[in-house]
Parts: sequence; C-alpha cells; structure tokens
Amino acid sequence: MTTLNRAAEDRDTTRPPRAVVGSQISIDEEIFGAAFDRKVVRRFAGFVKPYTRTMYLATAAVLVFTAAQLTIPLIISYAIDEAIVAGGGEQILMLCVIVFAAVIAVNYGANFLQDRFVGLTGERVIFDLRSAMYAHLQKVALSFMDRTEVGRMMSRLQGDVNSLQEFLEHSITVFGDLVLLIGIVVIMLTLNFELALLTLSVVPTLVLVRLMWLPRARKAFRRARETNSITNGALAEGIHSVRTVQGMHREAVNLELYGDKSRENLWAHLRSAKFAQAMVPVIDTLTGAAMAIVVVVGGTRVLDQALDVGVMVAFLFYVQRFFDPIRSLTVHYSIMQRAMASGQRIFEVLDVPLAITDKPAAINPESVEGAIEFRNVTFGYHKNQPILKEVSFKVNPGETVALVGPTGSGKTSITSLLNRFYEIWDGEILIDDVDVRDYAKVALGKHVAMVLQDPFLFTGSILENIRYRTRDATREDVEKAAKIVGAHEFISALPLGYDSELEQQGNNLSMGQRQLLSFARALVADAKVLILDEATANIDSYTERKIQTALQRLLEGRTGIVIAHRLATVRNADRIIVLQEGKIVETGTHDTLIDKNGLYAKLYALNYASFDDLPDEIINNSLTAPVRS
Amino acid sequence: MDDTKTANAPQQLSSRIYARSYAGLEIDPDRNISDDAVVLWRIIKLVFKNRIRISFAIIGIVAAACSQLMIPQFLGDAVDGALGLAGQSNVSPDIAREALYSAAIFLLGAAALRGLFTLLHSYCGESLGHLIAFDLRIAFYAKLQQLSFSFHDHVHTGELITRGMLDLEGVRSFMNTGLLRVLLLLILIGVGAYLLISTDLILGLLALSFLPFVIWKSSVSQLRLRELWWTLQEKMAVLGRIMDENLTGIRVVRAFGAESFELEKYGVGSDEAYDLAAERIKIRVASTTAMTFVYFLAMGLVLWVGGLRVIDGQMTVGTLTEFLAFMTILQLPVRQLGNVVNAFARTLTCASRIFGILDLQPVVADKPGAVGLGDGIDKIKFENVVFAYPGEGQPAVLNDISFDVSLGKTLGVVGPPGSGKSTIAHLLPRFYDVTSGRISINDIDIRDVEISALRQKVVVLAQDPFLFTSSLENNIAYGNPWASEENIYDAAKVSQLDGFIDGLPDQYETLVGERGVSLSGGQKQRVVIARTTMLQPELLILDDSTAAIDAGTEQRIRQALKMQASKSATIIISHRLGTLRHADEILFIENGQIVERGSHETLVEAGGKYAALFALQSKEGEEAVAQIGGVKE
Repeated sequence: MTTLNRAAEDRDTTRPPRAVVGSQISIDEEIFGAAFDRKVVRRFAGFVKPYTRTMYLATAAVLVFTAAQLTIPLIISYAIDEAIVAGGGEQILMLCVIVFAAVIAVNYGANFLQDRFVGLTGERVIFDLRSAMYAHLQKVALSFMDRTEVGRMMSRLQGDVNSLQEFLEHSITVFGDLVLLIGIVVIMLTLNFELALLTLSVVPTLVLVRLMWLPRARKAFRRARETNSITNGALAEGIHSVRTVQGMHREAVNLELYGDKSRENLWAHLRSAKFAQAMVPVIDTLTGAAMAIVVVVGGTRVLDQALDVGVMVAFLFYVQRFFDPIRSLTVHYSIMQRAMASGQRIFEVLDVPLAITDKPAAINPESVEGAIEFRNVTFGYHKNQPILKEVSFKVNPGETVALVGPTGSGKTSITSLLNRFYEIWDGEILIDDVDVRDYAKVALGKHVAMVLQDPFLFTGSILENIRYRTRDATREDVEKAAKIVGAHEFISALPLGYDSELEQQGNNLSMGQRQLLSFARALVADAKVLILDEATANIDSYTERKIQTALQRLLEGRTGIVIAHRLATVRNADRIIVLQEGKIVETGTHDTLIDKNGLYAKLYALNYASFDDLPDEIINNSLTAPVRS
Repeated sequence: MDDTKTANAPQQLSSRIYARSYAGLEIDPDRNISDDAVVLWRIIKLVFKNRIRISFAIIGIVAAACSQLMIPQFLGDAVDGALGLAGQSNVSPDIAREALYSAAIFLLGAAALRGLFTLLHSYCGESLGHLIAFDLRIAFYAKLQQLSFSFHDHVHTGELITRGMLDLEGVRSFMNTGLLRVLLLLILIGVGAYLLISTDLILGLLALSFLPFVIWKSSVSQLRLRELWWTLQEKMAVLGRIMDENLTGIRVVRAFGAESFELEKYGVGSDEAYDLAAERIKIRVASTTAMTFVYFLAMGLVLWVGGLRVIDGQMTVGTLTEFLAFMTILQLPVRQLGNVVNAFARTLTCASRIFGILDLQPVVADKPGAVGLGDGIDKIKFENVVFAYPGEGQPAVLNDISFDVSLGKTLGVVGPPGSGKSTIAHLLPRFYDVTSGRISINDIDIRDVEISALRQKVVVLAQDPFLFTSSLENNIAYGNPWASEENIYDAAKVSQLDGFIDGLPDQYETLVGERGVSLSGGQKQRVVIARTTMLQPELLILDDSTAAIDAGTEQRIRQALKMQASKSATIIISHRLGTLRHADEILFIENGQIVERGSHETLVEAGGKYAALFALQSKEGEEAVAQIGGVKE
C-alpha cells in the first residue's frame, strides 16, 4: 500500500511548509507615521478652501455650542448660590430656569448647525477628493498606470478616502473638545484661581503617564493593523486561488498557515486592547483625585465661608467634563494616525505628473488621409534602455502593414506612440506629414482607432459597448457594423439581442466573441487609421476564421498597422515589417521576405501558428546568423 | 405599520441578494436566514463559549456601573457637608470637615474602582470580540476552501472578501459597542432610576423624562439610517465598479479619447452617492441634536422643580447636586444609545451574511464510508455521463458520454468551444458531480471515493495558470510544500523551465505573481506544469494547458512527462491537433456529444469533422483561409 498522502510522506516536521499564504502583502501600503503631518493637513486644507464660508460658520457654531456647554454649570451654580443659599427665592430661580432654557435652545441650534455644516462639508470634500483623484488618473502618463496595479489604486480611491472621511467627522469633535478644555480651564481659573490651580495639579501626572504610554501603545496599535492587513490579504488570496487550492489539494496546509497568521493577528489585537484600556483607570483615578481636591479644599473654604457652594458645585461639574476629551483622545489618536497615512497616499496620486498635454495651437482637423511616417524614432520606458532605436518607416493611406517580431522587439511601443500614449525621445511621428505632437489629443482619439490585444468591454449593454467612442451612433449603425464584422449572428441569438447586458466585463461571452465586439466598436468609431494588436489568447480554428474575415473588412479603405501573431494575418498584409530588439531588420511582402531567407523566413519555416513564446534558441540563432536586408 | 416595513427592508434586501446569488446552488431555500432572533442567539452562544471572560466582563460591568453610580451620592454628601456649618447650626465644624474628608476619600475610591472595573470589562469584552472573530475567521476560510466550484462560479470574489473583512469586523465590534454596552446602559439607567425615584419620586421621574423620547427617536432614525446605508453601499459599489473598469481598461479609454465621457459617467454615480450620503448626515444630525436637546430640557426641569423644593426646604442642596450629577453621568450613554441600536442592526446584518456562508454545505463532499483508491489507477471509465450545471433550467453540457482510459494510455479530446471538453476535465477530480451516469476508477464510482484520495491521484492542469506572489520555488512546490530542492529542480527540468530559471538573477528565489517579475503566458503555463508534476499524478488531465507554449517545447515536455511517469494515464484536451495526434484514442465532441472517435489516422481517413479541422490547421488550410477570405460556416 502506498500512502494516500504524498505530502504527508515528505512532511518534514522540522521546517515549515513552503509556499507562504498571504505573502503578497506589501508593507508599504500600511505606513503609519505621526498623527499630525503638516504637509498633508495643508494639502487637505486646499480641498476645504471652496467651503471656507461654511467652515467659518461651522467654527462659529462650534464656539457658540461650547460656550453654551460651559455656561450650564455656571447657571446651576448661580441658581444654587443666589436663589437657594442666599435666599433669592423663586423669582431668581425662575430667571435661572429661563436663562437655562434659552442657553439650551442656543446650544441645540449651534449643535445642529455645527454637525450639519461639518458633516455635509466633510462629505462634499471627500467626494471632491475622490473625483479629483479619478479625474487626475484620466490624465496621468500611461507609463504610471502601467506600473500601478488597479487594485492598489482602488484601495486608495476607496479605502484611503474613507479613512479621511472618518477623520473629518472626528476632527470637529476634537476641535470642540479642545475648545471645551481651554474654556473649562479659563472659567475655573476665573471662578477661583487657587482652587483651580490645585485641581489642575493632577494634570502633570496625566501627561507623564501618557508620555510613557504613547510609544508602546503606538507600536502595539501598528502591529495590530499590520497583522490585520496580512490576514486579510491571505483571505483574499485564498479566495482568488480556490480552484488551484482544491485541485492541488492544499486545503489542510493552507488552513494551518492561515491559522498561524490569524493567531498572530489575535495576539497583536489582544495586546493592543490592553494598551487601549490601560489609560482608563489612570484617567478615572485622576478624575477622582481632582474631585477629592475640590471637595476637601473647596468644601473647607465653603465651611469657612470663603467660597460659595455654587462655585464648588460648578467645579465638580467642570472636573467631570474636563477629562472627557482626554478619554476620547485615544480613539482620535489612531484615527488621525490612519488619516495622515491615507492622506499621504492620496496626495501621492494627485502629485503624479500629467504626462502629455495639448500644445496651445494644437489642431483638430475634420478628417485625415491616413499617411503615417516614423522618422528616426527612438523611445524607451526607462532611461538608457531604449526599446525603439531610430525606427523609420512609412505607411501609405489605405495600406496595411504587419509588425512581426519576437516578444520585446518593440511592436506594441510603435502602436502606443502613434496615439501619443508616451512621448518619444528623439525623431518624429507624422500623420499626414504633421507631427502627432501638433494634433489635439481629441483629434488623435478621433482619427486613430485601436483594437487592443485584450478586447476590454465595459459593464453595460452590447449596444452601448459597440458605440463606446461614438455615442450618437444609431442602432442601425451599430447593427451594420456588427454585421460587417460577423458579430450580428451571435448577438441576435442572445435573448435580449443588442440590449443584452455584459456581466463582469463580458465574461459571459467567449474570447472570440469579445474580440468581434471590439472590432465592431472600432468600426463604428470610423477612424481613418486603425491600429490592431492581435489577440494572443488561443482562439479555436473556427473563430479564428471568422476573425480573419472580420479583420479584412475592418481594414478596407483604412490605413492599418497590425501587430500580428498569426501567420494568416501576416500574409493578408500589404507589407511586413520585421522587428528585432527595437530595430527594423526586414521589410517587404511575404514572398520577398521568404526569398530573402532571413528571420521571417526562419520563423515561417518553423510552422508555428503563433510567433509568441518562440524557443529561445531560435531567436538566438537568428541573432548570431548574419541578417542582411 | 410603516415602522415594521422599514425595519424589515434591509433584511428583505439581504435575503433577496442571497436568493439571487445562491438560488438552487447549495442552500435550502426554506431556511429563514434573516431571522434576527436566531442570528442574535447564535452570536450569544458564541459569546458564552468563553465562560471565564464573559463572567469577568459581566462582573466588571456591574461593578463599574455601581461605583460610577455612587459618585453622585458622594458629591451630594460633600456639598451637604460643606454647607453643614452654613445651613445647620447644630453641626460642629469638625464633624462637617470629617464628612468632607470621608466624601473625598469615597469619591477617590469610587472613581478608582470604576476605572479598574471599566478596564476589566472593556478588556474582557474586546478580547472576547477578537476571540470570536478569530474563530469565525478560521471557519470562514475553511468553509470557502471547501465549497465546491459551483458555489465559486456564482459568487463574486469581491463579495466574499467583503464578507470576510467588513462583516467579520462588524461582528467583532459588537461585543463592546453592542452587547456589553447595552448591559452597562441598562444597569446605569435601571439602578440609577431606582436610586433617584426612591430618593424623590417626582424629581426622579422628571430626571428620566427624556428617556422615552430618546429611545423612540434613536430607534426610528437608526432604522431609517440602516436602510439608507444599504442603498448607499450599493451606490458606492456601482461607483467602485465604474472606477475599477475605467482603470483596468484605461488603454481603451485613452485610445478612444473617451476621458470626458468616463468622467461624466463617474460624475452621475458620484452625485447620486453624495445625495444619499448627505441625506444620511441630515437624518443623523437631526436625531442626535434633538436627543441632546430633550436631555437638557429634562435637566432644566430638574433644576427648576428641584430648586423650588430646596427653597421650600423639602430637599438639601446636596440632593439636588446628586440629581444633576447623575444626569451628567447619563449624558454620554444617551448619546451612545443611537450607536447601540446601530451596532445591533449592523451586527445582525453582518452576522447573517457570515453565517449564511458558514451554513452552506459543499455539494461535493465525502460520503459516509468513502473508501481510498488503493494501489494505483488501472482504468478510468465514463459511463453514459450526463452533466448540467446546477441550477434550474440549465441545459445539459455533456450528453451520454462514455469512454475509458487505461494505465499508460492517452486519450485526446477535441471539439469546438463550448462543446463540453473542459467539463470532462472538471468532472474527474469531482469539482462537480455528474447529473446522471457514472464515472469510475478501477470500477469504483468516484462518488464513493474519499475526495482527498481522488484529488491526490487525479490532477487537472488548468487553462489559466494561477501564480502566487511568492518565489518560483514556492510556486512549483505549491502542491507539495515539504518537497526537497532536488524534486523542485527535477520538476523544472521536466517542464523545460530550468534553462530560463538559471538565467534569472535570483534563480529559484525570483518573486513571481502579481507583484513579481512578469512571465509570458507560456512560462506561466510551464510553472503550472512543473507544479503538477511534483504531485506525480496517476491520471493527468491537460486542459488546453499548453496552448501558449510553442510546439517544440511542448513536444519536449510531453517526452519528459512520459519518461518520468510511465505509470499514469493521460487525457489531453486541446484544439491544437498537433498536441493530441499521438493519443491512443481521440474523441471529437460537439454539443456535448461524441460525434467521432478513433485514432488520428482512422479519423483523418474517415473524412469527417476531425479531418476537416485537421485540414484547416495544416498549412494548406491556412492558405485556403487566406485566399477565400470570408468563409462562412
């Protein structure tokens, strides 16, 4: 009998299993700095600026609100002293009650206005901030978007913006608390200077304890949050990879590893819970001590008739309120910490430079002929690593050129440059003898249509997807285009036809069908120049035949540049440009290139259906073999 | 009536989503998941599993509340003590002073005790929350790993991640902000009310007069808020989708110059979401400020009526102070009352979403008395297999499929897309169960075999390779985490990856996956092949898994696989005929049925669909397509 579990057989208890669960978390997403970052706050203030007037009103409301709060013990104190102890009687008490009612009415109004102003403005600022980020991302250099994972960007657009919202909502409480704190100190000092000083003598102890507590607590809080994102990352990974996990029968090992991570998270949280609560008895005891001081010192003076009993009562009320803001500061502290980290990440996005802007006199012609020329174009994504080296070629209006070459030879770069996704280092790219940099970007979008390797579709109906570029296209236009590329059949076979909704970016369609839709989309856009990056994804022979036909029709009467991965596509082109390591090594028709017996002929002779993932030795061989043009 | 309607709205919504997501999948439709009481009871049962902590938490709460409630009394005593000399002549200064000192000491003691007991119950409560979250987290993860493909096919990953993160957090925070807080409030209000009313009935009732309004207002507005919250979350999800799609498809957006259109689309969604968010704030502000106002009104009443009584000599200043101080204590809990209702609503929603997953049973599970597979696979047999994806009205994907593969043999499967080829691959390791018919290994129905034993021997090499963000080494050893380095190197050799890996600066330590170096489609597939060969499967199913690998490399991989494991059966699914022409038998599948079968030679000779496809894929075929151009099927 062989053992059932091969993994168990090899299991070596002395070392942990390989293939870490949740290893993809990068710590840089969870930076925690100080609770206050001047730069972040200043940038943030810029977003609040349009609402300055509202914020002034809100601040006024906060001040009124706090003042009202501070007045209440004074009224009580007055009522006790004048109406009761001094025997002022019912009239004075009545007066006190009326003043009290007026004060709480003011308090109510101010409270309402403060919360409403702050809440609404805060929400508005958050939405503005998100919109600003989103709008900015529409304009930043594509090279930035290339390097950045969508998931990370989304966590900034949503997670970070949300934690700023939390901060905004709390910030006004913090502000109110601070004003209250100052107000209480001022009033106490005014009421009775000595008693106030004695009462406040407990504060240094509090500050001292807090100073000792803070660095440790901060560390514990941070650790808890780090382990949080690690476990959450591991969960996300587990969900994404569930099919692999079941197929590889890794459930038990994963659960064990995930258990370790969760346990670490648990310990970190228990530890941080201890720290979060540790200040409670300290603050409570100090509150008690302050009250005891008031009772002993104040009480003795009342006995000696050196102090009104009302003042003592007011002191007792103030002392209780005095520690409330300090109590809530622990909560605010970690919220502010989180907000500052989020703010840094948000402004980082807003600081990504805009790559390409229109020249002041950029032209936007109604139509173009479609003549394309690359003149000594040199370009790369990283400094000193050119992808294209002095590439020059011409494409005549109506001509179709196929770009062929191994991975990394620069095919995709050529197509991206025509649409000015990136700026070239040197040379010129011309459409109708005008430099692309002299066109408005809208003009390029209008006259240069692209069909990308990944036929990206949006959630929405098929109709909306096909007329994505040209939203005034009629249903007839859309149907016509679909018929031309051969997509009409399968669309009309769907229960809702052109109104069928695409789920999750068209996942309910096959790859070939999505490809055809993206062809129809390009056709409706009706641009003179068409750039086509052929899909590498494997499509079965039937669909491929359809796509070839559609391609032919799509290219009719247009200038076409096609990045070809399939032999059939290459042979339909008027001319073939063979690229290798950023240089054009051969150009010509299929027949002339075969006669030349260079790289293309070699690729062709190997009879691969696709030019991708060619064995290294073939590319190496052709590199060493002298290629003459 | 209207209230009950709004109260049920979120649950209705959740059960609707529920029904939509899982209809006919793995859930008994009669189960009443949204029953709040049941959910609450389940949470409480979880809480009471940890007896020591919950006992300490309750003790802490009772003690903390009681010590806090003593403070107003001591304050009152202190005031009366201070007034002792001023008010009554029969009290000597020393006795008054003593009264002051004892009041001070009691105050200090009560405050310190309150602090200590608050620490105790807050810590116990919070740690209880974390312990429960830990248990639920592990259970949730384990359950998700267990649930069958049919579940994961229909439930969006983002949805599951949200449940595992946000909903779990909702349940966790319930201990301190919900359950224990309610207890604290009940004791504070209950015991406090008793103390006040027993001191002075009318003044006590006046002091508490704000309570009914606050309770009514907070529950009504919280229910409304909860409903709003749901709609807002949905709007935010839409906004999130718009952004996500835009960023993912940024090249399409740029290529078509559609930035302004996209911004407009976003703007509409954003404005809608803002309106809801603003509405939420307005409601919240209106209710919390009104509650505070009513609270202060009650305080004014106490001051007025109490003051009159003191003037009339029916009450001491100290007692009035006591009443007012008690009201100060209640100020914070009153503000929090709304949050408590909110916490309950949130937790019930969150918990029912988590329990909803935990209660699911995988459709594919071990039978009681399932057996192992014994020594090795001799024969795999499909007998009249019919398969339709679970759910009502799903058409049959496979229809009456029968074939067998023996040890050392290779079966090829070919056919147009959607013909059901991949489904065959998914049925063998029981990712799904057959609808009717039978699949057997060594004549044992695979439904009678332990899943772990089955999946150990039957391995599918999937179409789309999933790489983990980890080193190459870890990725290759994924199925056998304790494998030795030599085994990993061997597997890399088999999949023709060794040359490539040796050329990397970090070699086997190179980070791959989402954040690592990007590999070509073919390289990814080769990593997955290496990963699979580590398992030494006895039935290997290649589901179009070499499509991105060039023909030469593929040939060498196949040779190496043969050399390494001669004791296995292979099923190759592909539409590239070159890949499977050497198979012992080839099935041509169309619309879920076998339309042709035989060896490559016999099928080509037969001149049927296979032969046509073969012609199409050879060079002559390519040329034909190129010349004819628009061939229609």
